[in-house]
Amino acid sequence: MAKKKKKGTPVFLQGNEACVDAALTAGCRFFAGYPITPSSEIAEGCARKLPLLGGAFIQMEDEIGSIAAIIGGSLAGAKAMTATSGPGFSLMQENLGFAYIAEVPIVVVSVMRGGPSTGLPTRLSQSDVMQSRFGPHGDYTAIVITPSSVQEVYDLTIHAFNCAESLHTPVILLLDEMLGHMREKIYIPDVDDIKIETRKYPTIPPDFFKPFAVTPNMVSEFVAYGEGYRYNVTGLTHDEEGFPTANPNEIKKMLRKLRKKIHLHRKDIILYDEEFMDDALYAVVSYGSAARAAASAVRKARSKGVRVGLIKLKTIWPFPGYRIHQIAKQVRGILVAELNMGQLIREVDRYAMGRCKVTGSFRYDGRALEPDEIYENLTELRSIKRR
Amino acid sequence: MPRTRKKKKKPDFTESRFEIRLSGSGGQGLITAGVILAEAIAVGDGRNAAHTQSYGPEARGGRTRCDVIVSDGDIYFPEAVRLDLLLSLTQEAANAYTPLLKEKGLLIIDEDAVERKPDRDFIAAPFLKKTKEKIGTVVPANIVCLGFIAEYLGLVTKKSLEKSVLERFPEKFAKSNKAALKLGFELAKAASKRIKSFSIDEEICETEIDRT
Amino acid sequence: MELETISPYHGYLRMKKKFPTVWCAGCGIGAVMSAIIRAVHELGISKNNIVLVSGIGCSSRMPIYVDFNTLHTTHGRAIAFGTGIKMVRPDMKVIVVSGDGDGMAIGGNHFIHAARRNIDISMVLINNYIYGMTGGQVSPTTPLKSFAYTAPYGSIDPPFDAVKLASGAGASYVARSTNYHAVQTSKYIKRAIERKGFSMVEVISQCPVLYGRLNKFRSPVEMLKWQREHAVTMKKWDKMNEEERTGKFPIGEFIDDDSRAEYTDAYAEMSHKAREEVRNAKNA
Repeated sequence: MAKKKKKGTPVFLQGNEACVDAALTAGCRFFAGYPITPSSEIAEGCARKLPLLGGAFIQMEDEIGSIAAIIGGSLAGAKAMTATSGPGFSLMQENLGFAYIAEVPIVVVSVMRGGPSTGLPTRLSQSDVMQSRFGPHGDYTAIVITPSSVQEVYDLTIHAFNCAESLHTPVILLLDEMLGHMREKIYIPDVDDIKIETRKYPTIPPDFFKPFAVTPNMVSEFVAYGEGYRYNVTGLTHDEEGFPTANPNEIKKMLRKLRKKIHLHRKDIILYDEEFMDDALYAVVSYGSAARAAASAVRKARSKGVRVGLIKLKTIWPFPGYRIHQIAKQVRGILVAELNMGQLIREVDRYAMGRCKVTGSFRYDGRALEPDEIYENLTELRSIKRR
Repeated sequence: MPRTRKKKKKPDFTESRFEIRLSGSGGQGLITAGVILAEAIAVGDGRNAAHTQSYGPEARGGRTRCDVIVSDGDIYFPEAVRLDLLLSLTQEAANAYTPLLKEKGLLIIDEDAVERKPDRDFIAAPFLKKTKEKIGTVVPANIVCLGFIAEYLGLVTKKSLEKSVLERFPEKFAKSNKAALKLGFELAKAASKRIKSFSIDEEICETEIDRT
Repeated sequence: MELETISPYHGYLRMKKKFPTVWCAGCGIGAVMSAIIRAVHELGISKNNIVLVSGIGCSSRMPIYVDFNTLHTTHGRAIAFGTGIKMVRPDMKVIVVSGDGDGMAIGGNHFIHAARRNIDISMVLINNYIYGMTGGQVSPTTPLKSFAYTAPYGSIDPPFDAVKLASGAGASYVARSTNYHAVQTSKYIKRAIERKGFSMVEVISQCPVLYGRLNKFRSPVEMLKWQREHAVTMKKWDKMNEEERTGKFPIGEFIDDDSRAEYTDAYAEMSHKAREEVRNAKNA
């Protein structure tokens, strides 16, 4: 996607506006939301544009109702999205779990802000890294996407819808306050250049239709309400027909399906960019707006002759663990740059398996991580003797 | 962001950046001005620009600021760290942000609003007073500032700037905005370009600075 | 197939799949389910065009047994899910089944806001004065001094009046019936489905296993008799004085009002207008 950058129409857009435009291009026709800084521009954009496209917008009474409404809207056949920030995202967790088990395609945007609780409404942070993966209880695999520029917000919002619609699962898009509010020039690709996925509709008659059938690629067929296929959707652990079950074998089968579905398609889901990794002795792993400062810091280090590379994750969950493990074998040290007290570094450390030193460059005071800070931390990392 | 570059070519790691901060108080329209400026540079002139701003209670009255980063390459860090250009329309903003200016950065202040002049080289122009005089209202002072920057630095082509300004606002404001731009150009022509300390990346600004 | 020849109502049930039901002997929820089916059958709406949405609780198990498009959601959120379905498919009939805990405690906010918007959802609120699924805790409708496992010395929480709540929030149709008044229940539900806008039918029901046992009702029959004795028609209710009203409740149709715009209609109108404005602006 990044390679196509220079093709298309140049426009100057805010991150949140780009998210709205991309969602509409991806086919989103229903948005339910509740105002919360710094995501409100997404709701405002949808309120303005959806009626013109024959879509529906509703401002619900809270975030719980917002995600409930988009799950309902998705089951009724529309591609659906909601947008929120940390506290609202916390409220959504229960119904997010519902969307996982009921395999409903939705896109949830969280424009991250400082926390816990009300925290820092107008300041940036990458505080939803773990919440987006482990928020709802139970076992499932989340897809979490982290763009780092306005162009990526556009491209990856479409990617998020594609993942959700082709795998029938919720997808979480994590922006942050800086990315949501900053403006940049982006190139809007021509419609023909954009790949848009739709749901897999059933080919068999209603009597034989199993909404949660276990198939070789783990994706069942999907049909909206009102099409003559009357079936049951429940948040209870259910069998292939969608009826509650307490049979241990059925439970195992269905929970495995939720995990395997994502695992089998991980190569289509996981996206990351690498820079200067060929001869790198050190690597900086970063994502979201922190990756921008990291890219600058890596360049500064390279200009001083330090052999350092950058891995910019566009998908943090499922985590590209295999690649990180490979890199850990190649380099002497990995620096993880993120805007929290160290959330994704746990995962990097887990996959490095002691092969190299892993340290962090963290900032959690509501301000952006600056290139010089990362550069300093990189110098510190280089001064640590190998274990 | 480009992927791994070919080894044979010696890579250039330097980033060209020109950092602008427009600051003042809430309601002066500086954040919109920043968007217009960045859009004119990015879309109109085909270069790169990024715009960030201060949000929250301070954006509704009090001190506000927005940053525009201009570059001919990729822009990584989108916030201003060391300013090349600072425009301040209030005393408070001038006091707060002047220390962030590069040693040879350019400071533009409103002649009347910033009463206590900073202890360094600066350019002062009567933005607010003249706007009120010539256009009848102080509202388009932000556009006057843009006109000033365009004329003074050549950072943005006048054509792109005018296009951006006119597209941003409803048709009925076109006349006053054009007048505001023109006033900005005039103020810039009147202002002295003879500042010794001012040094600027001339490739980015495409301006000729008279240092005689 | 054979069963459908015996009674037309069997065609509305997932007979082969999920029966028998989870409901206890003597429970009133099954009777409400049959009232809904009768209402739908009389209206002649296609099964494909109905979505039955529920939350969590005894009553919320109903979607599993009925052959509509069914959605069994999270606790208290049925109306919010239904709102989404209705926004995307305004042509479909959304019926929400809810209990007193589900609809008025955890889901109370969605309830009043759906009524405020006047979105075309028909809510059937089965009020048995207790949390059944979780084993007999006090609910927002448990009468004062009644017993529950979380009110072992008698409830001190003043109860909600669902009818007043719905009326105050702006519902277009509000009615109350009891399990004893089975014919009325079906009639009111039918009217609720027909009425455009938010409608709510409260059905006073019995939970013989928990509420009944804790509050000295010897049998389900005794509870039905209690319903007959304490439910008063509106005509009678108006003539009663405060003293006579104590402990009793009115049944009947309280509100049947088509003056307020339905939400999805209003949305369609707004959306049409907005498109026209944009078109005109482009042409000009």
